[in-house]
Amino acid sequence: MEDIASLMHGFSVALTPYNLMLMGIGIVLGVIIGVLPGLGGANGVAILLPLTFTMPPTSAIIMLSCIYWGALFGGAITSILFNIPGEPWSVATTFDGHPMAREGRSEEALTAAFTSSFIGALVAVIMITFLAPLVAKFALQFGPVEFFAVFFLTFASFIGMSRGTPFKVVAAMCLGFALGAVGLDKMTGTLRMTFGHPELLSGFDFLIAVIGLFGIGEILCSIEDGLSFKGNTGKLHFRKVLDTWKKLPSYWATSIRSCLVGCWMGITPGGATPASFMAYGLAKRFSRNRNNFGKGEIEGVIAPETAAHAAGTSALLPMLTLGIPGSPTAAVLLGGLMIWGLQPGPMLFIEQHDFVWGLIASMYLGNVVGLLIVLTCVPLFAAILRVPFPIIAPIILVVCAIGAYTVHNSMFDVWMMLGFGVVGYVFNKLKYPLAPLVLAIVLGDKAEEAFRQALLGSQGSLSIFYSNWLVSSIMTLGLILLFWPMFGWLRERLIGPTDPVSQAGKSA
Amino acid sequence: MRSLTTKHRTLLTVAGLLTTVAALPTAASAWEPTRPVTFIVPAGTGGGADQMARFIQGVIAKNQLMAQPVVVVNKAGGAGAEGFLEVKGAKGQPHTIAITLSNLFTTPLGTGVPFNWKDLTPVQMLALDQFVLWVNATTPYKTAKDYVEAVKAGDDKTFKMGGTGSKQEDQIITVALEKQIAPKKFTYVPYQGGGAVATQLVGGHVNSTVNNPIEAATHWKSGALRPLCIFDKARSTYTDKITADMSWADIPTCQEAGVDVQYQMLRGIFMGPDAKPEEVAFYQDLFAKVMATDDWKKFMQDGAFNQTSLKGDEFKAWLTETEGKHKALMEEAGFLAAPQQ
Repeated sequence: MEDIASLMHGFSVALTPYNLMLMGIGIVLGVIIGVLPGLGGANGVAILLPLTFTMPPTSAIIMLSCIYWGALFGGAITSILFNIPGEPWSVATTFDGHPMAREGRSEEALTAAFTSSFIGALVAVIMITFLAPLVAKFALQFGPVEFFAVFFLTFASFIGMSRGTPFKVVAAMCLGFALGAVGLDKMTGTLRMTFGHPELLSGFDFLIAVIGLFGIGEILCSIEDGLSFKGNTGKLHFRKVLDTWKKLPSYWATSIRSCLVGCWMGITPGGATPASFMAYGLAKRFSRNRNNFGKGEIEGVIAPETAAHAAGTSALLPMLTLGIPGSPTAAVLLGGLMIWGLQPGPMLFIEQHDFVWGLIASMYLGNVVGLLIVLTCVPLFAAILRVPFPIIAPIILVVCAIGAYTVHNSMFDVWMMLGFGVVGYVFNKLKYPLAPLVLAIVLGDKAEEAFRQALLGSQGSLSIFYSNWLVSSIMTLGLILLFWPMFGWLRERLIGPTDPVSQAGKSA
Repeated sequence: MRSLTTKHRTLLTVAGLLTTVAALPTAASAWEPTRPVTFIVPAGTGGGADQMARFIQGVIAKNQLMAQPVVVVNKAGGAGAEGFLEVKGAKGQPHTIAITLSNLFTTPLGTGVPFNWKDLTPVQMLALDQFVLWVNATTPYKTAKDYVEAVKAGDDKTFKMGGTGSKQEDQIITVALEKQIAPKKFTYVPYQGGGAVATQLVGGHVNSTVNNPIEAATHWKSGALRPLCIFDKARSTYTDKITADMSWADIPTCQEAGVDVQYQMLRGIFMGPDAKPEEVAFYQDLFAKVMATDDWKKFMQDGAFNQTSLKGDEFKAWLTETEGKHKALMEEAGFLAAPQQ
């Protein structure tokens, strides 16, 4: 119960009017940063870092982490309204969030997204509060072998859980792996597939790919469909937020499952991106409305948002206790900590008691403040879609171009974004899924790195992936998911179609 | 080190004088930035160079050392080649400066990307970052000699050395260490960042690392890691206790420990080609002011940096010598790439 006393002490540190004001400012700035694609949480925090040097460290980290929460909330807004995920972990939110917006249910989608992020973050903070010392040690068990197993599980769950033919998923994924491999080969320190072009040195950036594939691709498709978003009717009312809230408790199973996936992935530390994809895949598998996934199913918004935020929040734990940043944004925060003379690592909890518990308390408060701010703005955000498409489309295009330019301050990236836009359009027309492509760009090189690190350690023997209980169980789970479509096919072959749902799914 | 400290002080006095002079209206001809200064970091967010750059940005903002703001930009592509090519392209553009690390030498040699430090204008060496040989505290090795003997006695390639990046400083030290254990080799496992490397050692996934002090300090303090030796000519000068009974100065040099390997990493500031002397002078003066702050001194102490700070011809001589050292080591290890184009 010492923890509760510490937490209460933390609240007393965080709950001053000055700190509360900073929380509000942080959240608003964060939402703005999150809404602008390309700016992203990491850049935003880095730009605003110097502002905080005159503050006491606890206030400064409260403000910075609130910018981080705000950016996380903000990312969901563009994913849902414009199909442009600002951060890797919002990609899965677009699958059902954007179709909902197109059906005129943007308030519902936004409310579900914000509320689920809040719940995910809250569960993760509670876990940090009570299990921090226990859980921190678990991350140490993760070497390259275990990391690869987690990435493998993510890829496998995507192939196994896909609605269309798994071959198209694999094809899209392979293209993503190829794009992800461009640039420096981190294992040997040599350049590959850059063909002497300095522009390709840093490879294909996820953000540029995503802005093009999703944002530009979506605009091209909309133009073909006759220049209209269907979401521009109906009254905008705060009541819709409350109505959505009434519906949410019935999806408790999805929420709990996603929280578990998210917390586990955050601690291990697999990260928020695999967590969001995995939670989406699982929700699709176990939902009663699985056939509606991808067409505007609210569970398809709840699952990835809950998991991403649970993972994003619990990822702060390895950062504080071990000094490993879970994301680029966390890395910048880490730099901030060191400027204030706080060395992250196992000693932080002991030496900087006030600071750590102040930060944990601010996670509770920051999320509550954040939820209140973004929820009250839901009708405002949704109103953006009432602007006629011929006006909004050029604006989105400009914002996308600025976003792509901001990533590396290079015009080449803007052309690349447009190129990706065409690819996105073609994929859409040929009914190839975009998500596996993006997933492979984001995680492909990480998975490759972990695989090769593991094989270096084992002198090339693959048996290392079955060398302890942890990695064996993750790999087995991955293999089962990978061959899931084959099980279904075999069953149908052997005993004939018995499941009316899968029948319906096939005809859809 | 004493003579260096004196030199440092002289430098500060000179800097102080320069400040006074700059404040006089007669010195209006001195150059000063007229728009925000871009501070290029040829490495990713969160690493040692990035932390130092952002720290400097903070010190400049906090103490109002410059009228224009500093904007830190990470250009990490191609082991930093992206950042270096950008500075190389900033010919005669005094509003771009860059912080460098050892990849100033290793990246062109290892990737063949066409640039060399001589393409840039050296401004100021800020400090030298140290490297320490670390093992997990649960292992029986108490000295560097113990460890080297164990590696020699073990099967070839069974000992894993974790490090940051490939064909960069950590691997170069590993190659140098391998001369001490010949004909045995380490299995070098590259990771993304120093923090991750230290954690992998704590978790027992590698046998040793050559982490920078700041990357591993907290794990040393908590009793998870043990330092064996420091790859410098002389011991560290910081005598504040980190653990109950040891300070940085208590770590023997590798040479003392019977493992004759020396290596330090440059933390220095460069400008693009053809910078004018008055522009270089402005930045030298600016960094002298940064290095005079208490914040900087604390930063140096936390990271157990070697506070050698050269400029002018001395800096150039150091660069020439160090480049030669890298080239020899990398050539021997077969790390050189064919030059591009």
